[in-house]
Parts: sequence; structure tokens; C-alpha cells
Amino acid sequence: MRPITGTARGIKNTGVGLSTTLRSFLGRNITEQYPEVKHAVMPRFRGRHKLHLHANGLEKCVGCSLCAAACPADCIRVVAAENTDEHRVSAGERYAQVYEINMSRCIFCGYCEMACPFDAITLGNDWELADLNRDQMVYTKDMLLADPPIKDAYGMNRRAVTRPERDFDSALPVWLEETVSREAAQRRATDGGGKR
Amino acid sequence: MELTEIIGLFLKAFLIGNLIMLVFALMTWIERRLLSFFQYRLGPNRVGPFGLLQPIADLLKLIRKENFQPDSVSSLMHLLAPLATLFFALAAFAVVPFGISDWNIFGWHTAPGMAPDLDVGVLFAIAMSGLGGYGVIVGGWASNSKYALLGALRACAQLISYEVSLTLSILPIIMMTNSLSMSEIATGHIGWEIGSWHPWFIVWAPAGFVIFLLSALAEANRAPFDHAEAEQELVGGFHTEFGGLRYAAFANAEYLHLFAISAIGVTFFLGGPTIPFLSDPNSVEFWGLSWGALLGLTSFLVKMAMFLFLFIWIRATVPRLRYDRLMRLGWKALLPIATVQVLVTALLVSQGWGKV
Repeated sequence: MRPITGTARGIKNTGVGLSTTLRSFLGRNITEQYPEVKHAVMPRFRGRHKLHLHANGLEKCVGCSLCAAACPADCIRVVAAENTDEHRVSAGERYAQVYEINMSRCIFCGYCEMACPFDAITLGNDWELADLNRDQMVYTKDMLLADPPIKDAYGMNRRAVTRPERDFDSALPVWLEETVSREAAQRRATDGGGKR
Repeated sequence: MELTEIIGLFLKAFLIGNLIMLVFALMTWIERRLLSFFQYRLGPNRVGPFGLLQPIADLLKLIRKENFQPDSVSSLMHLLAPLATLFFALAAFAVVPFGISDWNIFGWHTAPGMAPDLDVGVLFAIAMSGLGGYGVIVGGWASNSKYALLGALRACAQLISYEVSLTLSILPIIMMTNSLSMSEIATGHIGWEIGSWHPWFIVWAPAGFVIFLLSALAEANRAPFDHAEAEQELVGGFHTEFGGLRYAAFANAEYLHLFAISAIGVTFFLGGPTIPFLSDPNSVEFWGLSWGALLGLTSFLVKMAMFLFLFIWIRATVPRLRYDRLMRLGWKALLPIATVQVLVTALLVSQGWGKV
């Protein structure tokens, strides 16, 4: 008896399996055709950062570096400078002369927007941040102030700022290396070569 | 045989052979698309309209690959194995009847298939389909690799086990038609009736059909019987050490094998190129032409497509059997049932029940 019941069970189960797959065959597919159809993210999705302006065109960022202090990935670099009457950039006393976010380090935690006392920085909905070069992952202030950039044919960000081409990767952006090496030399000189 | 006839036969074989190759290319795309649909996906749809040029892209990729051969392999066998598999898979098509009556090509009457109709067509088809296994075994052995050898051993054991059931499953029909010619078997169901109805042989031998289906899957190394190349267990099985066009030859042969087995199944169980409720397709005439040959061919290809869809459907559904269960199914289930089927049919034939 056992072979017969077993065979019957096997045939029944195979039939159930076949009908299940046939149902999925007739059902609607769930593939998203990515480059043509882009997945809509939720409104509070944390994507590419954006620096905001006041209605009168002045920057909200006052260069306080609280975002850089809050950043667990240490990917924000702010260099502040004084506003003058001739050269007024932000609404406060100082403004961010340099505001850079290294997108390849950023973990999109949103601590920077929580830390910001002026709501100058928020995380937006733009998530197509892939690029071909590590240097290009450092977003400068003009890029963060602008709307999400236009993509080129490869879906890569079309740069607002052109930088010297490098054929090797570097831990630091090209335009920083000189400054950093000078600072390091100064530090070595003041410390007298000893360990801190 | 006249020279013109030989040239004509050669041209016909060349054309049909290449058409089959074209269908193979299409089949890789169809299978990937259908499998995707079974899994709520879309499959390759980027190259050309609906992804139809995907096979060409795949082919270009494989052609451009290095014709690599590992140091330790037996080089002649390593080269010959894919070619042999391909040759035998294609040779099995020689006796497949793609039409009922002769094909009339500009007044030249010829058998509806690649070769002249053989009196022992069934034996030839089964033999070629079995010989295809040699390519797999030799390829796996010549590779001098554990995985390839294991794959080849599995293929070998599987082939022996299921070849028996395959042949036994079609034996009742050979007994009923009293012929080994594929074209006579294709139209053989006319000679048998239930009431005034001439059903296909699938009605006369339903158990045989199921056994044939399972054995065909095993013969063609298809899921759920793809133990010879089981990716998850044996890397690539017998074709682990093959790349580029040599691998393509194996893949090609596997699909051709599948086509050949489907064609044999259609010929035996689904009435071949005959059309239900249309006893004489040659009587269909319009525009002053007889469309019998084309109708027969279409009927045959539609039935083959049904077979192939079933194979893909099964591949999308059933997981691979454990190897000992594969053997148990082959020897302890399919073989006895097939034997009983043969005995029952022997009774039927000897008593002449249902014979016209």
C-alpha cells in the first residue's frame, strides 16, 4: 500500500507545485526597469545632503562646524570665514568658506541636520550617488547648494566644478594634499618631531 | 542515387540543421524569459526588441573568450567531447518526421525531415540520443578534475538507468504500429480506434507518456534530473573545465538533445505532424496550393513547443532529486510500471482490441 499512497502523494504535491509556479507565471512581474523607472523613495528618506538659502539669497549656514562635530563618520569639513559688509554670504557673523562632505564616507545618519541650529543642512531624496572616481565623491559647497545634479549618459553626476584628472586614487582630494602636507610640516616643526 | 538527389538531400539537411541551430539560439532566450516570468521577473529584455538579440550577444561573448584548455586534461578528448555531443544531438534529428506526406519542393519529392525516412528510425533516434551521453562522459573524464569526473559518472549512471525506461515507455507504441519507422509511427494512431475515434497514443499509453516525460528529462540532463552538471554541488559538473565555444557546444548540444527528445515524444505520443479532426491536411487548398506540408510542420512545431514549455515549467518548479532517489525512481518505479505497460499492450495487440 505504501508505494501507492506515496506515489499518489508525490503526484499531488508535484501538481500543487506546478500550479503554484503557473500562477506566478500568469501573475504580474515586480521588476522595476531601473534607469527608465526610478524607485520613488519615502519623503523622509535620507539621501544626498542639501545646503539651504534664506529667502533673501543669503546662506543659512554660519560655519559653526556643529555638523562636523556631530558627524560619526567624520566626513564633513567646514572652514569658516568672517562676513564683511562688502562680502556678505550668510546671515550670521561668519559663513562657511569651505563646506565639503565626503559622500564615500557618509553613512547618511542625519546627525548633521539634527545638530544644525539653523536648519541649514538637510538630507534630501537624491540617492543616485555612484561615481567613477573617489575624488569626485567629495561634494563641495556649490554642489551641495545646487539642486541634485544632472546625470550624464552613464548616470554619473555631471560636475559643476572641474578638477584636475588623476589616474590614481588618493586618500585626500588633490587640492587638499598641498594644504595638508604644509600643515603636517608645520606641526612637525612646532612639536619638535616628538610624539604628542 | 543520382547526384542531384544527393546534393538536394545535403542542402535540405544543411538548411534544417541550421534552422535547428537558430531555434536553439532563440530557445536560450525563450527559456530565460519564461523562467523569469515564473519567478515574477522580466529576464533579459535589454538587447534588441524584447531582448531578442541576447543570444547573439551571448554568442559574441563566448566567441571572444580564450579557447582555454587546462594543462592536465587529455587534450584530444577534451576537444572532441563537445563536438561529439553536438554531433550526436544533431544526428538524432535526421529521422524526425516534420510532415505527414512527402515534401514537394519544386517538384522534387523528399521525406519530411533531414534524411530519407529510415526503416529503423526509432532505433537510430534512441541510439543517437544515448550516444550523446558519451560526449558528456568523455568530456568529464578527459577533464581530469574531480568535479567533472563526478558529473560524468553521474551522467553515466543516470543514462543507463533512464535509457531503459525511455525505450520501454515507447515500446507499446512500436508494438501497436508494428513499425520502427518514425513517419509510420507518427500516423500510426489512425490504425487504432476507440468507438469511431482515433486518439493519439497518449490515450493508449498514458503511463508510458509520463514515464517518457520523466526519462526524457533525465536523458536531456534537465532539471530536476540535472545531476551531471549540478551547479550547487559540482561547480559545473562535466563541463567545469570547458569555456568559451567548447562550453557553448555543450550548452548547444543539451538544448538540441532536448529538442530531439521532444520531437520523439511528439512523434510517439502526440500524433507527430497530424492534426486533430483533419484526416487529410493535403485537402486544405487555397490560392491554388496545397498547404498540407506547412500545416503538418506547424502542427509538429506547436506540439514540440508545448513539450518544451512543459520542460521549462518543470524546471521552474521541481527541485533537484537526491541522487539515490533518482536511482530509486528510475529502477524501482519507472521500470516496473513501464514493463507492466508493455505487458498490457501486448495483451491488447494480441487480442486485436481497438484495431481498425
